[in-house]
Amino acid sequence: MKQGKLFYYIPYGLWIALFVIAPVVLIVYQSFFNIAGHFTLSNYATYFHSGVYLKMTFNSVWYAFLITAITLLISYPTAYLLNQLKHKQLWLLLIILPTWINLLLKTYAFIGLLSRSGSVDSFLTFIGIGPKQLLFTDASFLFVATYIEIPFMILPIYNAIAELSPSYVNASRDLGASGWQTFSRVIFPLTLDGVKSGVQSVFIPSLSLFMITRLIGGNRVITLGTAIEQHFLVTQNWGMGSTIGVILIVAMVITMLLTGERKKKGRTRHAK
Amino acid sequence: MQSKLSGWSKAYLIIVFIILYAPILFLVMYSFSKGNTMSNFHGFTFDHYQTLFHDPRLIQIVLDTLIVALLSSLFATIIGTAGALGVYETRHRAIRQTVLSLNNILMVSPDVIIGASFLIFFTMLGLRLGFISVLLSHIAFSIPIVVLLVLPKLNEMNASMIDAAADLGANPWQTLTRVILPAIMPGIFSGFLMAVTYSLDDFAVTFFVTGNGFSTLSVEIYSRARQGVDLEINALSALWFLVSLLLIAGYYFLEQYNQGRKTKNRQQVEAVIK
Repeated sequence: MKQGKLFYYIPYGLWIALFVIAPVVLIVYQSFFNIAGHFTLSNYATYFHSGVYLKMTFNSVWYAFLITAITLLISYPTAYLLNQLKHKQLWLLLIILPTWINLLLKTYAFIGLLSRSGSVDSFLTFIGIGPKQLLFTDASFLFVATYIEIPFMILPIYNAIAELSPSYVNASRDLGASGWQTFSRVIFPLTLDGVKSGVQSVFIPSLSLFMITRLIGGNRVITLGTAIEQHFLVTQNWGMGSTIGVILIVAMVITMLLTGERKKKGRTRHAK
Repeated sequence: MQSKLSGWSKAYLIIVFIILYAPILFLVMYSFSKGNTMSNFHGFTFDHYQTLFHDPRLIQIVLDTLIVALLSSLFATIIGTAGALGVYETRHRAIRQTVLSLNNILMVSPDVIIGASFLIFFTMLGLRLGFISVLLSHIAFSIPIVVLLVLPKLNEMNASMIDAAADLGANPWQTLTRVILPAIMPGIFSGFLMAVTYSLDDFAVTFFVTGNGFSTLSVEIYSRARQGVDLEINALSALWFLVSLLLIAGYYFLEQYNQGRKTKNRQQVEAVIK
């Protein structure tokens, strides 16, 4: 058995070393070099002293928060109602199906929908609101980002609700709880882990969406991701890009600590 | 069951589904439009499909995308399954937890971080950016999901089956191929499908690590979309949507079949016990 374990760990361990540990180490290492290749702390000094980067970070977090909140508001009822349906597995597959469509194709569809003299614009003109600038606004960025993230929020919540034993809900009703009490005291707390993993899988990518900010947001919204892409692929300042990358990793770890806490407690409790 | 939902609930679900599917159907619809933009349907035509099938560059990119998706998923499934088996056999709690935490780093890392750090990594190795760097990246970011989908199946598996196999004289290889792998096959299969999905859906990582010569569908659409609307892309997305529908239908019926087989087996077992 021991040999078997080693055998399994050879390819997998190699992957961990080369593609998990090495890249993280490299991005931290790179953040200490300026554009001329000299070892320096100036990237971090620039980040914390120029208001531009701090403001950009704050904006990015704020937008990610908005996207996550809107997505959650739409997804929780959807996940709950899906669980009540007959053939719910099929309906869930239909929710997941759009995620199989390439992200870029969906974004591209919105360029057509929202562009000047696009369908939504024509519709607004038709009902009398008149033509509006829809593409390249903050609202369009929020809308498209939410659209993209919805299935990723529905899935974990759906699973959490599916695992919830209906007898808890029945017991709560039998004991005289109102619909809202049943939801807020029984259903929601018991499915909180699903919500947390949903928040995790929406909030972190939302910090780094750069393609939507470019194509839909028209560079009005600069997220951490946009800044990293800009530094790596446009200005070729890998040091500064890596510095923002490190900041993004820190933001990610904080998010995970905030959303992962409950789960760990649960795990140790069950382990006993 | 269905009647349990009130009218409002049904309306809500219908609206969510409309929002989810409207952009996709919109894309598909305009792939048949005679015009050049995605506004005002100008009449039915197959022209854009013909342009698509006569565009060798785009066909090459579609093929490249599929090859990367299938190859990377295959490797990721093998390595990920091995990883899950390794984690399963690791009894030491702390080691197990550490390995699982390392496993999850790429799952939660933002795409840009993965892309940027892989770019630094490949550049330091002196690897030329192109097919190989894209393939390696896709394998790398698909492995953790395979591990996460296979591991629960291993934990669900009745561990005494392994002891029984050993008692009956099976060597480790036979135990693996005759007992363990069949038991966790559904997990391996969904791991593979998830890896394919990850690979097909990826844009950011590929965008960072692909060089000038090699392109996948999402990178190509990104550069075209920056220049404006091109209905050839609509035709492509219509076909893409069709393929996705077929894949998901296949997956669904396979699941149904497996479920059916399971209950049938159980009935047989119960019949024997009686």
